[in-house]
Amino acid sequence: MRTRFQQGLDDLRQRLLRMGGLAEQAVDRACQAYIERDLARCHMVLEGESQINAAERDIDEQAFDLLAMQQPMAVDLRFILAVTKINSDLERVGDQAVNIAERVMDMADLPKVDLPVDIPRMAAAVSAMVRRSLESFIEGKAELAQAVLEMDNVVDRMRDEAFISLVKAMNERPEVTRQALDSLLVARNLERVADHATNIAEDVIFWVRGADVRHNAPQEPATVQEIRETH
Amino acid sequence: MATTTANMDLKPLSLQRRLMDSLMTGAAALAVVLVLLPLGAIFAYLVYKGIGSLNWAFLTQTPKPVGEAGGGMANAIAGSVLILGIASLIGVPMGIGAGIYLAEYGRNRLGNLIRFTADVLNGVPSIIVGIVAYGLVVLRQGHFSALAGGAALALMMIPTITRTTEEMLLLVPLGVREAAYGLGVSRWRTTLSITLRTATSGVITGIMLAFARIAGETAPLLFTAFGNQYWNWNMNQPTAALPLQIFTYAISPFDEWHRQAWAGALILIILIVVSVSAVRLAASRGMLKGAN
Amino acid sequence: MGVGIQVEQLNAWFGKTQALKNINIKMAANHATAVIGPSGCGKSTFVRCLNRMHETIPEARAEGKVEIGDLNIYNGTPAVQVRRRIGMVFQKPNPFPTMSIYDNVAAGLKLNGFHDRKRLDEIVEKSLLAAALWDEVKDTAKKKSGASLSGGQQQRLCIARALAVEPQVLLMDEPCSALDPISTGKIEELIFQLKERFTIVIVTHNMQQASRVAEFTGFFLLGSLIEFDKTEKIFTNPSDKRTEDYITGRFG
Repeated sequence: MRTRFQQGLDDLRQRLLRMGGLAEQAVDRACQAYIERDLARCHMVLEGESQINAAERDIDEQAFDLLAMQQPMAVDLRFILAVTKINSDLERVGDQAVNIAERVMDMADLPKVDLPVDIPRMAAAVSAMVRRSLESFIEGKAELAQAVLEMDNVVDRMRDEAFISLVKAMNERPEVTRQALDSLLVARNLERVADHATNIAEDVIFWVRGADVRHNAPQEPATVQEIRETH
Repeated sequence: MATTTANMDLKPLSLQRRLMDSLMTGAAALAVVLVLLPLGAIFAYLVYKGIGSLNWAFLTQTPKPVGEAGGGMANAIAGSVLILGIASLIGVPMGIGAGIYLAEYGRNRLGNLIRFTADVLNGVPSIIVGIVAYGLVVLRQGHFSALAGGAALALMMIPTITRTTEEMLLLVPLGVREAAYGLGVSRWRTTLSITLRTATSGVITGIMLAFARIAGETAPLLFTAFGNQYWNWNMNQPTAALPLQIFTYAISPFDEWHRQAWAGALILIILIVVSVSAVRLAASRGMLKGAN
Repeated sequence: MGVGIQVEQLNAWFGKTQALKNINIKMAANHATAVIGPSGCGKSTFVRCLNRMHETIPEARAEGKVEIGDLNIYNGTPAVQVRRRIGMVFQKPNPFPTMSIYDNVAAGLKLNGFHDRKRLDEIVEKSLLAAALWDEVKDTAKKKSGASLSGGQQQRLCIARALAVEPQVLLMDEPCSALDPISTGKIEELIFQLKERFTIVIVTHNMQQASRVAEFTGFFLLGSLIEFDKTEKIFTNPSDKRTEDYITGRFG
């Protein structure tokens, strides 16, 4: 039934996944660029931005079209709404990757110094969150999304620790201020990426369970997905 | 998806097809003419033969004895009116009643039996109907009467009225009935006030058909109304009737009577046409409320 | 004022075929409840059992308890009386063709013995107003035939006719199926206003209409009531997979 509609939904799904891939790749590249101080990678990230923006426009347009022309109901409606939101979050992730790349480019002129912050560890955690949130979308599994929500606290703590130790470093060694600031900004950008991954996970839960868990709202027990899985 | 497209070039119709078209249209028109021609011929002939003897005396006087000129068929005209009136009074309610029963409650074996009986009755020769009425009414009463004549004609009316009433009622859409049920109207009330009312014009047509048929029947009246040379408004007495009078005059050896027979025939046709037209007019003016 | 409808263990048959199986449902007063489902699911049969119209079909019967307000309509009360408390509007507009607009609206009253001329005038006007038809016909109500109106107007006339007898409940069996979108819109507006005075049950195969018009929706399938809940729940996150498959168009 409604094959054209189903095809439209599948198509939308594929496009979002592709965009997710682009965003994930941008964040990974930016983090690698930071670790290895690699300017070439920075440029790749900057160039990749236009692709991500184009994909966002594309997906929004198709979602709008499906809403207008196909009168989706229940789970289909939730799916399309979730896609539009995830779409917007992925584009922001792309923006954050660009910001990180710009910080790296800024730091390239400066001498390398030792800072009391473990950006690579934070980057790995954030990257994992993004990947896991996209996986939860692919699988349509609310439990995977739930796990992402829990990881957000960890990343928040990392950012707070980075803030404290970097401020301390700036007070003790004023000559490293610029590098410290750049690192602090990168930490913040990564934390933002984590927030977006969290949003994506919340949107997946909304789609799958019909429950709005944003801003810590209580969850509803009704689950269509769970009924599906028991059959 | 591959589609085979027919050659849809819009050529003008071939000569052969146009010819066939004209031929068929012509044949249909010819058929109409052939049907109307006898009707027109009859009417024209009647006018030709009868108009000469049609005068005021004819319409107001009773027959004069044989040999005397003049006289008329006034009593026969009046007698026909009486007899047809009696027939209608008996036949119409019974026919409509039976039609209602068949339409609303008759989807069963009894209904089929009634329908079959009506169809058979329709085909019974009119002379036999007359003989039956003779046996049932005249012999009981011991004399001829307009009542017996009316009864015989009623018997002939009933099957036609029954079947047309049934058909017209069945044409009323179920939705109309359901609307009445939905309002809490009982079944019999719905049938009478809604269904029958909706079918009115069709039912009237059925009655008119039956009426037009019996108006000119002669055989059933031979042994029932019998005929009368004088005025009679008593339904228990033998009564004159236009078809009877025409018959009697036509087989007589007298020229004078022959002329009067023609005039009588003309009057009969005119009366039938006038009464049917009057009802049609009344129906179209909405005086008899019916479904559009 | 409208009354609530409570249905318990309602079963219905056409001859030997069972059309409704153990229906239990409670419909709230002064609200509209939509009944949806694929063709042949029993939704029309269900609604026709609510005013005992089902039994007008030969060989059809129904058993169970249906309480309209405080009256169990299957407790022996004559069907004709039951139907006077419940109004019905059908899929195909069916004004009485031989009657004027005025007579159509008054039909329910006149045919049941009510003949007070002055009161009839008032009631007819009130009903035509309630059906949003008064302005269009007030000058010609006594002269024009009911069948001379357009489809949408005819349906509103049928609504006025049903309202004139002041029922407690109004049943509507796909009232807009035969109408164009503008007429449909007018009637949906009407339903909103009517909810204040009546309890409405509307059968529809148009799910968008159900979601526009009804606070509650019941989903029927193969003679059973699968799910009954607030309309927004049914259309955003139904509990039963069959409901979801139907409303997302995966079948039916």
